[in-house]
Amino acid sequence: MFTGFIEGLRKSGVPVSITEHLSLLGAMEAGVADYSVEDFYFLARSALVKDERWFDRFDRVFAQHFKGLEAVAGEDLTAELPEEWLRKLAEKTLSPEEMAAIEALGGFDKLMETLKKRLEEQKERHQGGSKWIGTAGTSPFGAYGYNPEGVRIGQHESRHRRAVKVWDRREFRDLDDGVELNTRSLKLALRKLRRFAREGAAEELNLDGTIRATAENAGTLDLKFAPERRNAMKVLLFLDVGGSMDDHVKASEELFSAARSEFKHLEYFYFHNCVYEGVWKSNARRRTEQTPTLEVLRTFGPDYRLIFVGDAAMSPYEIVQPGGAVEHWNAESGQAWVERLTGHFRRVAWLNPTPEPAWSYSQSTAILRQLLEQRMYPMTLDGLERMTRALSR
Amino acid sequence: MPFASTDKYIASRDLEVSVNAAVKLQRPLLVKGEPGTGKTVLAQEVAAALGMPLIEWHIKSTTKAQQGLYEYDAVSRLRDGQLGDPRVHDVANYIVHGKLWEAFTSETPTVVLIDEIDKADIEFPNDLLLELDRMQFYVYETRETIVARQRPVVIITSNNEKELPDAFLRRCFFHYIRFPDRETMEKIVATHYPDIKASLAREALNVFFKIRELPGLKKKPATSELLDWLKLLMIEDLSPDVLRSDDAKLVIPPLHGALLKNEQDISLFERLVFMSRRG
Ligand SMILES: Nc1ncnc2c1ncn2[C@@H]1O[C@H](COP(=O)(O)OP(=O)(O)OP(=O)(O)O)[C@@H](O)[C@H]1O
Ligand SMILES: [Mg+2]
Repeated sequence: MFTGFIEGLRKSGVPVSITEHLSLLGAMEAGVADYSVEDFYFLARSALVKDERWFDRFDRVFAQHFKGLEAVAGEDLTAELPEEWLRKLAEKTLSPEEMAAIEALGGFDKLMETLKKRLEEQKERHQGGSKWIGTAGTSPFGAYGYNPEGVRIGQHESRHRRAVKVWDRREFRDLDDGVELNTRSLKLALRKLRRFAREGAAEELNLDGTIRATAENAGTLDLKFAPERRNAMKVLLFLDVGGSMDDHVKASEELFSAARSEFKHLEYFYFHNCVYEGVWKSNARRRTEQTPTLEVLRTFGPDYRLIFVGDAAMSPYEIVQPGGAVEHWNAESGQAWVERLTGHFRRVAWLNPTPEPAWSYSQSTAILRQLLEQRMYPMTLDGLERMTRALSR
Repeated sequence: MPFASTDKYIASRDLEVSVNAAVKLQRPLLVKGEPGTGKTVLAQEVAAALGMPLIEWHIKSTTKAQQGLYEYDAVSRLRDGQLGDPRVHDVANYIVHGKLWEAFTSETPTVVLIDEIDKADIEFPNDLLLELDRMQFYVYETRETIVARQRPVVIITSNNEKELPDAFLRRCFFHYIRFPDRETMEKIVATHYPDIKASLAREALNVFFKIRELPGLKKKPATSELLDWLKLLMIEDLSPDVLRSDDAKLVIPPLHGALLKNEQDISLFERLVFMSRRG
């Protein structure tokens, strides 16, 4: 049961295992989601998806897989769909007269047959714009092969209320950041940047100290404690979100999500091509809500490691010339701002997602490398390692 | 009795389904969500609904998985040995029971809350896998196996600070508490303050949701902040009109401390909200 659905999830990148498939079947058998498709949806989500950023993909696969009966019409309908659900769908698809007639003719089997036929008919008439299928959203099956506004099948009370199906509301769209799970290697590389410091309460037994103190005490125990070691590394990320970076979005997002989980003290800002007087946190609102770069300099101390992530590919004027920026008028050159930042933070690096051999063809890359005193590294595991080594000094 | 929304705790239908699935299949339920969205309170409500005692295990960055099972207090034993205490001859005297030991050996079924599991080391969840799966563990010092008399209902919360290992996730049911929409929030407010003036609640919620929409806030206020803030407003018997006011000097003080917790956020609020209101 549900194997097609599980397959679909896996194909879309939601990591579902057999263990989880079995949990879902177990919960169905235990009657956790009887008689309500919505409950079935909630249960399936709870059993199969373990991270909210995949909810949106789950919703899409769910909608596609369980879109009315169209997708599975003609094949073993009952294997995939709860019977009660089919009944409700039939009620929606067939007119009351038809329902009554079928009921009189004899029960569920007959009903299923008619329903199947009806769905078949719909498929054939699809091009004709018949009364069955329209894109206006008024027929039971609309643009997506079902009514986009949907029917809340399975809930008796709401039969007369038009309700958008939960999974069609796509409420978790924002949470799908498109980042592949495979950030582990990035994390392992970044982990080398961890700097442990003994901070906080003294709760770890200091063995050497204890032995020394006990000896001094002529053998009577004198326990010594020390605070446990924690990661005290502070990281500030500046991410380029400019046009030519589009090809590298995925790589920088992965890096970002890895860094976020590795460093307790992590802050980030966006910039475009080169840094000027303002940076921003939300790309959609970059024009209205910028943080002055001077404020960044004031807020974050030199103990922060500053990492730029960008392809460093632009016109040289964007770096060296006041007014050279692509998007706005900059009173001071990008170079002045880069120098201000490297002067303040001192431990600075630039991660470049374009391959290292290509750098020499780009004049802007050469200028930035020079400004950064050659601390530019390719975004490969090896590059990351070189960067962490340089930054942890 | 299955878990459901009560007059004290507003649970969405998907939360009810997740809890009931976890209880029926005796699997841990992992609950994630923004801070202050009722993750911790959920465990208390589930315990109350099921009529079971709640055992709370709050995780810190220094917590080790072993501490949930038991700890061997070797240091005390060493000290007792030096002082010639006869207790020293029985190692069992120095086995300190953890929360899971407590739950496993309880006479009646319990609900165990493992709160903020993401605070601990990245390996912490893996270290508990076997114990949560089999609901038993071995005590090396006394050579005994502690087997759960009945499987406790396990509720685990996370604030998303760290990614949890896949092997661990596979064994859980999962629920993500979404930030309550306006309608739900009204209900939550009503459960806490049934007597609040409707006009005050309305204006306060307007301000609250507006603040949450400010981009770049360091700390978005959540349910817990809203509830604290409302309490203050009620104590001060503030007129709802003040919240509607255009004068920053009037509005900021009642926000300070409860809803907006740092200077940066307050200045952001001033800049964005008041500038846009004046148009
Ligand atoms: N659905 C709800 N119904 C009633 N009260 C709620 C609800 N959600 C949150 N609250 C209230 O909000 C406050 C915060 O809840 P709680 O401490 O459980 O949040 P939390 O998610 O555990 O937060 P944190 O991540 O900070 O630990 C509590 O006072 C709780 O009563
Ligand atoms: Mg909590």
